[in-house]
Amino acid sequence: MCLGVPGQVVEWIDRDPLFGRALIEFGGIRRECPMACVPEAEAGDYVLVHAGIAITRIDEQQARQTLKDLASIAADQDDHETSQESER
Amino acid sequence: MMDPVPSWARTCPVPIDEQSERISLAHGEGARLSRRLIAERILPRFASPDATHFQDAATVTTVGCRLAICTDSHTVSPMFFPGGDLGSLAVFGTVNDLAVAGSHPRWLTLSLIIEEGLPISVLERILDSVSEAARQCRVRIVAGDTKVVPRGAADGLYLNTSGVGELIDPVPPGPCAIRVGDQILVSGPVGQHGIAVLSVREGYFFDSAPLSDSGSVIEQVVALRDSVGPHIRAMRDATRGGVSAVLHEWATECQQSFVLSESAVPLTEAVRGACELLGLDPLYVASEGMIVVAVDPEYASEAVCALRSVKGCEQAAVIGEVTTRGICPVSIRRVLGTPQPLDEPSGAPLPRIC
Amino acid sequence: MKFVDEFRDPIAARHLIQKIRATAQQPWVLMEVCGGQTHSLLRHGIDSELAGTVELIHGPGCPVCVTGIRVIDRAQELAFRPNVILASFGDMLRVPGTGGSLLSAKSRGARVLTVYSPEDAVQYAARNPAQQIVFFAVGFETTAPATALAVLHAQKLGLSNFSLLAAHVRVLPAMELLMASPDNRVQAFLAAGHVCSITGWHQYQDFADRFGVPVVVTGFEPVDLLQGILECVTQLESGRAEVKNCYGRSVAETGNVVAQAIVDRVYEIDDRDWRGFGTITNGGYRLRQEFHEFDAERRFFADRHASQTVADARRVYLQNGDQSGTAASPPFSQPFASAEQRCKAGEVLSGRLKPCDCPEYGTNCTPDAPLGSPMVSSEGACAAYFRYRGLSVIRGIQ
Ligand code: SF4
Repeated sequence: MCLGVPGQVVEWIDRDPLFGRALIEFGGIRRECPMACVPEAEAGDYVLVHAGIAITRIDEQQARQTLKDLASIAADQDDHETSQESER
Repeated sequence: MMDPVPSWARTCPVPIDEQSERISLAHGEGARLSRRLIAERILPRFASPDATHFQDAATVTTVGCRLAICTDSHTVSPMFFPGGDLGSLAVFGTVNDLAVAGSHPRWLTLSLIIEEGLPISVLERILDSVSEAARQCRVRIVAGDTKVVPRGAADGLYLNTSGVGELIDPVPPGPCAIRVGDQILVSGPVGQHGIAVLSVREGYFFDSAPLSDSGSVIEQVVALRDSVGPHIRAMRDATRGGVSAVLHEWATECQQSFVLSESAVPLTEAVRGACELLGLDPLYVASEGMIVVAVDPEYASEAVCALRSVKGCEQAAVIGEVTTRGICPVSIRRVLGTPQPLDEPSGAPLPRIC
Repeated sequence: MKFVDEFRDPIAARHLIQKIRATAQQPWVLMEVCGGQTHSLLRHGIDSELAGTVELIHGPGCPVCVTGIRVIDRAQELAFRPNVILASFGDMLRVPGTGGSLLSAKSRGARVLTVYSPEDAVQYAARNPAQQIVFFAVGFETTAPATALAVLHAQKLGLSNFSLLAAHVRVLPAMELLMASPDNRVQAFLAAGHVCSITGWHQYQDFADRFGVPVVVTGFEPVDLLQGILECVTQLESGRAEVKNCYGRSVAETGNVVAQAIVDRVYEIDDRDWRGFGTITNGGYRLRQEFHEFDAERRFFADRHASQTVADARRVYLQNGDQSGTAASPPFSQPFASAEQRCKAGEVLSGRLKPCDCPEYGTNCTPDAPLGSPMVSSEGACAAYFRYRGLSVIRGIQ
């Protein structure tokens, strides 16, 4: 359920609160998407698109945090391995 | 069929109004109207020494070589799509089939099945495109036929082209010759035609419909033949069902398995984005201007170099290899690197939301 | 692509797998709720990679699999009506109803339009005023804003030829049902990331407390999924049962309140039939009264008793002959009802039966000829298993 794809807002086409639309870019293609659920998104922001409409704005800071957490897991893992190796 | 606007008209670049001259059933009845249609609209576009009279049978001259013969019927909705149209597609499709069989395409026949009511200007545009594509591929259209069917019995226009090519040594032996260890190449980014057609047919992308790769693969085949000819096992253009369909077919014939590497598969940004958005796998999406090649592993990098020297094939790459037969005929290494099965395509790809 | 490629990083994924293996001291049973997650887990082979470490039960979160058979039959019947075009997401086209799938109905003359977005169906209706466009609105909370917006748009455009066959389902009541069942095996949930983008994760707090089960909001890329699994395993090993958000970039605690308001304006919570589960209390949405004019059930079935649908359609059809003028073949082929009984979808989707233990699996039921809905879509539990089994044999050979 719920294939959601991140795309970047290129520009707003219509700012109507309910029927507003923006041009969104996904890799090399663009599509106009209803923006009613993400009125706060601005050009340059990333939004998650599902069934053709933007359903949420992607939080860049949170994404960076997640990647940082991952990096620390990787570092732990590496330490763990090196220590195991040195034990041997 | 369900739209009041016929499917071919939606993307047609020719202006059409009520006054446009249209094809009627009488155009197909073999009488004066049909003779004039052929003499005035069709023949002049395909002037060739062999076809001046468009007799029932054309005669051609060869110098005692083996021939490749194939036939293919073409229908595409919409008739005009970004990067091509039905006319050029009908030529390239058949020419490509001849080329990957190891032949030099020489002659084509062209059959038209026209739906009553098709504006003659649209027909002419398609015919122009047929003739331009034939010129590009240096093939001659030597015989043809025209039928008109009642309104509703066809979707605008169907084309059938049959082709004859002269086989040139070394002719690739075909999928039965594929052995364990052979490398699988593609000559360019996959899935461009399917995405182009899908995006205009269903109106998925308003702003920047990606272009189809519809075109001739003759140059690619020649480049391969000249560099690594004797070491090519099989070639195929990856049309309906994409790369996956070709490999599944080969797997059945050679009784081996194929393992691909997802990260090696060349994609354009447009196809990548469209496939993510619609939930499609590009390996199932049709191309009309690139080929899949199985080649002896020792000559794989030479083959890639040869392909990359052809314009439009700069992204040619090895995408996988042949392994001993397992239960799963085609599998693919994705992010984690363990091979996962790549199913046989079942029917046309449907966009999904989940 | 940004926010996609970073989360498909093979090295990060490897590290996470090692960490999960190192953390899990016993084989925990997790359920990924969402079909999209199932799809991704299988596509990347995460489930086989973790075999023996965690068992992943493919949950009921595939709207294609759980959409009730009655509403599929109605959709199909509508598609055969003159002047009606049924617009549907591609996912629903292969799902078998009582009389076969929409795809097979299409080949018998039904008018089915595949759309990517409900908005496309509204546009189509605006362009084709002489046709009745019925949008088959399936999907979870994630999809409801899109269909609600389509209704609002149709209302604004004054379209009298657009309506909605509403079959939306809500995921939390189904999870509650699973946990409450006496033979439940699920020990932790990977909650569906995109559902939570709309609803937020605070709604799971009470659920996690009540059932003492970890609920980890999880995304869809391999790294997201592995992170979710790691969090579940870590909690289970330390005896905790908390709600944790591992999909922060797309999910906020309270979700998307603007989207919730749109859904709330158009829909109200209602009981709904789930295929394989029966009627789930509060398990779906229905259109609010102000929008009844857009309700396809009311527009087209107002006079009809629910159980008569298919039989009626067949009779009407046989009386009127084929509208399209093509060869007369009945729109409803061999009744399929017995298949519905043979299929063990309910047990499979609740994790009580492995697909390969279903007697029909692989014999009478394959992806090419599915008996039940879990064999249909690529994220259906049975279809997924079918592919996986092939691979395990390959591994044996290699
Ligand atoms: S294998 Fe087929 S019949 Fe058995 S539970 Fe799965 S879908 Fe139903």
